Amino acid sequence: MELVQIQRRLVDYTKSLFMEGFLDAQFLQLQQLQDDSNPDFVFEVVSLFFEDSEKLLNELTIALDQPNVDFKKLDSHVHQLKGSSSSIGAQRVKNACIAFRNYCDVQNIEGCLTCLQQVKQECYLVKNKFETLFRLEQQIMASGGSVPTIELGF
Amino acid sequence: MESCNCIEPQWPPDDLLMKYQYISDFFIALAYFSIPLELIYFVKKSAVFPYRWVLVQFGAFIVLCGATHLINLWTFTVHSRTVASVMTTAKVLTAAVSCITALMLVHIIPDLLSVKTRELFLKNKAAELDREMGLIRTQEETGRHVRMLTHEIRSTLDRHTILKTTLVELGRTLALEECALWMPTRTGLELQLSYTLRQQNPVGYTVPIHHPVINQVFSSNRAVKISPNCPVARLRPAGKYMPGEVVAVRVPLLHLSNFHINDWPELSTKRYALMVLMLPSDSARQWHVHELELVEVVADQVAVALSHAAILEESMRARDLLMEQNVALDLARREAETAIRARNDFLAVMNHEMRTPMHAIIALSSLLQETELTPEQRLMVETVLKSSNLLATLINDVLDLSRLEDGSLQLDLGTFNLYAVFREVLNLIKPIASVKKLHVSLNLAPDLPEYAVGDEKRLMQTILNIVGNAVKFSKEGSISITAFVAKLDTLRDSKAPEFLPVLSDNHFYLRVQVKDSGSGINPLDIPKLFTKFAQNQSTGTRNSGGSGLGLAICKRVSRMVTKGLLLHLGCDVTMVGSSDECLRLVSHEHKVVFMDICVPGIDSYGITIRIHEKFTKRHERPLLVALTGNTDKVTKENCMRAGMDGLILKPVSLDKMRSVLTDLLEHRVFFEAI
Repeated sequence: MELVQIQRRLVDYTKSLFMEGFLDAQFLQLQQLQDDSNPDFVFEVVSLFFEDSEKLLNELTIALDQPNVDFKKLDSHVHQLKGSSSSIGAQRVKNACIAFRNYCDVQNIEGCLTCLQQVKQECYLVKNKFETLFRLEQQIMASGGSVPTIELGF
Repeated sequence: MESCNCIEPQWPPDDLLMKYQYISDFFIALAYFSIPLELIYFVKKSAVFPYRWVLVQFGAFIVLCGATHLINLWTFTVHSRTVASVMTTAKVLTAAVSCITALMLVHIIPDLLSVKTRELFLKNKAAELDREMGLIRTQEETGRHVRMLTHEIRSTLDRHTILKTTLVELGRTLALEECALWMPTRTGLELQLSYTLRQQNPVGYTVPIHHPVINQVFSSNRAVKISPNCPVARLRPAGKYMPGEVVAVRVPLLHLSNFHINDWPELSTKRYALMVLMLPSDSARQWHVHELELVEVVADQVAVALSHAAILEESMRARDLLMEQNVALDLARREAETAIRARNDFLAVMNHEMRTPMHAIIALSSLLQETELTPEQRLMVETVLKSSNLLATLINDVLDLSRLEDGSLQLDLGTFNLYAVFREVLNLIKPIASVKKLHVSLNLAPDLPEYAVGDEKRLMQTILNIVGNAVKFSKEGSISITAFVAKLDTLRDSKAPEFLPVLSDNHFYLRVQVKDSGSGINPLDIPKLFTKFAQNQSTGTRNSGGSGLGLAICKRVSRMVTKGLLLHLGCDVTMVGSSDECLRLVSHEHKVVFMDICVPGIDSYGITIRIHEKFTKRHERPLLVALTGNTDKVTKENCMRAGMDGLILKPVSLDKMRSVLTDLLEHRVFFEAI
């Protein structure tokens, strides 16, 4: 495929991610931090996020499986997941975490279980999206081109 | 004569024996009749005899017995059958009654005997009650004495009178031979005889305080009997008499500092006086329990009365001291006022004296300017004029400044044209500005009122000052003066926290901004500035208590992002993963420490304190900034209280981090408005 076409595909794809709410403005901040001295910054941060979120989701699953659910612990894990997801701009994950925390506050186990599924789903989705994004970037780099910067009107 | 069935008397009736029997029977009958009469008489007299029925029976029994004996008189001689039958009836009746009475007495006699026992019992009881009565009376007496004594003691606040009265009253109440009070000396090592009852002026006789008897008395709050040979008890001259019993009791000397608001003074005072009481000699009198109790109570009352007297003394002394201080302060104030007045007078005079020649110089120089002059002469005159104007201003300023310092600067309020002030400033500054090729622009907001009430001269002075500075320090470019009415939110300035604007209807705040394009900082250069301040540090924290592995994990992402921000801005960044690592690595080369505090259980406050301890010199200590997503005011307050220098809300964008660092490094503090 031609370089220009791949580049255009990347731009369109990224735009769609914003439109669909997977990413928000914080992601743009991350992209701004990537420069020549830090060429893989975004990739590193996102990979770190998925590593951490996997562990956190495991913790959450275990915590909700207990006969006596420790809501404080639950809340603290969700809080952390919310923090990390908002740091990289994963908007839908962050929103799911917010809903999860609300159920934790009222100690509603059913609600928490539903939210956990929701969060897992969102993480999985956004992970796929990022994988596609990085694949496109790699293709562009391999073809000797440069990754176009996104100009978004907001 | 009918024959009776009685037995024939064996002896003739006129036998002596018969005669005696006859007489006896008669007297028996008499007695038997009189006894019941007596009984009836006395029973009638007494009201309380409970056994009337028994008496009746008894009476009947006796009467019948008497009757029997009486009738017996007739049976000595030959008698008729009627007599015999009467006799028989009488005997039968007697028998019946006596049997009944006998049976009755079986019941009655134990009762009667017990009456005696009861009587004995009651007598004992009465004796006991008498004794108790005596005791109560004594106690009541004692109580009365105590009240009277207390009244006497407490009716005065004079220490000397209290003690003297105590001894006198005690002596009187208990009829003592001698009564003495030993007070501890200043050193606390001896007891000095201070007051006695009999001797008017006791010699300052002292006794060392560490005597076993004295210690014994001091260690208990009871009155203790002591030996008359004890040094404190040797109050009377030795004589050939048998000294009376001596009792000693401690009197606690309470200090003002012993009185707490809520509880009784603690007796850890250990300062006691000793009261010694001596019974009259050569009397067999002994100390009774109630007397000892009286003594103990009195000792307590004396302690209280003495402490009241001490408190009074203390408060009188404090009041005197205050009065002295007041007088001194008043004097000082008057002196200060005189000094200020003198200085003002001096300044005014000097001012006037200096201004007169000044004005002369200025006036004449201006006049000179109007005449025909050569260019050099004109230059010289202009210089003279400028210098003298400057000097005049300086003289004015000196006077103003001194008045400003002691607050006697009066604002010269009047209505003036605000627009005209700005135009005037512009006119004054334009010549100099045009010489330096600086472009000056004036921007007056449309809502700025044309006329205002205030001190026109001073306002112009202030604006002129600032604009003058702008012109002075700008080599080229432009200067813009903007004036507008300030709204409340623009007035809140973190740089001047004590400025509390108050809005009212007929006042307004005028905000004047002077911007120059002089040798200021090019905005594009700001990030590069930070390379000079290398080695910013970003610190993540870790919960050492370990409430789950989630904590350390998730913070990695935000830490990485923060690090990225700083790297992009040109800082040197060191990431640390735990509080220990942070404290180990932090040094004075680091300018800022960033800490994420929104995770519970992280001891960022602890780190703050430790860093404060580690760097005692303020300029060496790195600035401590908290990062949090928490928009709670309490968090902000906690950070401030813990000693942090700043707080930033997440999410942090690149621009935000840039402006935060700028502000932080300039002002050394940055607390984001929550």
